Amino acid sequence: MVTGTAGKTGADTALEAELRRLAGSVPDPELPVLTLEDLGVVRGVRLLGPTSVEVDLTPTYTGCPAIEAMTSDIEQVLREHGMTQVSVFKVLSPAWSTDDISAEGRRKLDEFGIAPPRPHTADGPVPLTLSVRCPHCGSTDTELLSRFSSTACKALRRCVTCREPFDHFKEL
Amino acid sequence: MSATPTAEPVPTVTSSTELTASGVPAAAALALGDDALVLSHRLGEWAGHAPVLEEEVALANIALDLLGQARVLLSLVGDEDELAFLREERSFRNLQLVEQPNGDFAHTIARQFYFSVHQHLLYGQLAVTGGPFAGLAAKAVKEVAYHQDHAEHWIARLGDGTAESHERMQRACDALWRFTGEMFEPVDGLEVDLMALEARWLERVTAVLERATLTVPSGARTGAWSAGAGRQGLHTESFGRMLAEMQHLHRSHPGASW
Repeated sequence: MVTGTAGKTGADTALEAELRRLAGSVPDPELPVLTLEDLGVVRGVRLLGPTSVEVDLTPTYTGCPAIEAMTSDIEQVLREHGMTQVSVFKVLSPAWSTDDISAEGRRKLDEFGIAPPRPHTADGPVPLTLSVRCPHCGSTDTELLSRFSSTACKALRRCVTCREPFDHFKEL
Repeated sequence: MSATPTAEPVPTVTSSTELTASGVPAAAALALGDDALVLSHRLGEWAGHAPVLEEEVALANIALDLLGQARVLLSLVGDEDELAFLREERSFRNLQLVEQPNGDFAHTIARQFYFSVHQHLLYGQLAVTGGPFAGLAAKAVKEVAYHQDHAEHWIARLGDGTAESHERMQRACDALWRFTGEMFEPVDGLEVDLMALEARWLERVTAVLERATLTVPSGARTGAWSAGAGRQGLHTESFGRMLAEMQHLHRSHPGASW
């Protein structure tokens, strides 16, 4: 290793990127088909020393109980990678949005039977006018059963064509 | 050594203009945090009692959002658990509106409607004006949009439903009207244009009630015969019982965890 005193060495940067990849690879505790990277909740990973790291994590919803499980999962995976000191910070700002879910994440949700969130177009508060596509049969003829479902981030809908109920990751 | 149990530390509530170590106005954080905490607990009381399963889930989801907001806000002031579970009734700074009992489903919806329209406007303003609450407000306002949407749909459905549902929805809106003036009383450290907020609140509430064929209540919202001193720590009768239930586990088993 070169003697980099001020700033990070190339090896440090590579390690930081690797740690970020590891933190991002942790599955979401409530939607295990998605990784935290797919969900877009890992905001930053900073290497403080050879075995010390800080992670910024943002909650999807302010009261999301999964954040505690995410925190301990990240701590565990980074410790397994030789980090003895792992601090995970909860950051609220800028607020997480369903637009932060990656294209890969949307594809996985759809495959899993959860209609992915629609991208925000205007600044409207609750975009409920566009139709949501049924993840089972692909029909756009679906109806809202309840704005709230098994977790805070989902709404419950039903497909009028195939009659199957399904979860919709609602826009936030 | 005395055999009597040691007294639990009673959290001190900072005076109105005091700032916390991180520069947050304590009175404002406490007021907003207590609103969210108390309403969250009231909504949680519906668990196992809601009219249909979807509604049970919806109310619990809204309660969870509010609890998350409360945790952030109370943590700005001190230890969230001490503040929630060890304060006496007089130290709570929530609006009297949010502590009102669930009543029938129409009362819960009326309370939810009045409060969520207010909270959405308030947090929308706090999010754009910057300051210590901007980060939380920007996040929470998106959640509250769903709470408001939920309440407004029920107002329309019950108000413009059967004769029975119309009558009960109107009764609930009338009963809680006198608690709504307090939402626009100044709070130390909360820098918002309350006059503008109230005008926009009234405009929205009027539009939604009229669309639901309901009558905008005519009683006083402020003044001698209106209610609302929750921000000063004066609460209504049912609040003490609610607190007793909310706090008993923590007080009976200090430090317990699962």
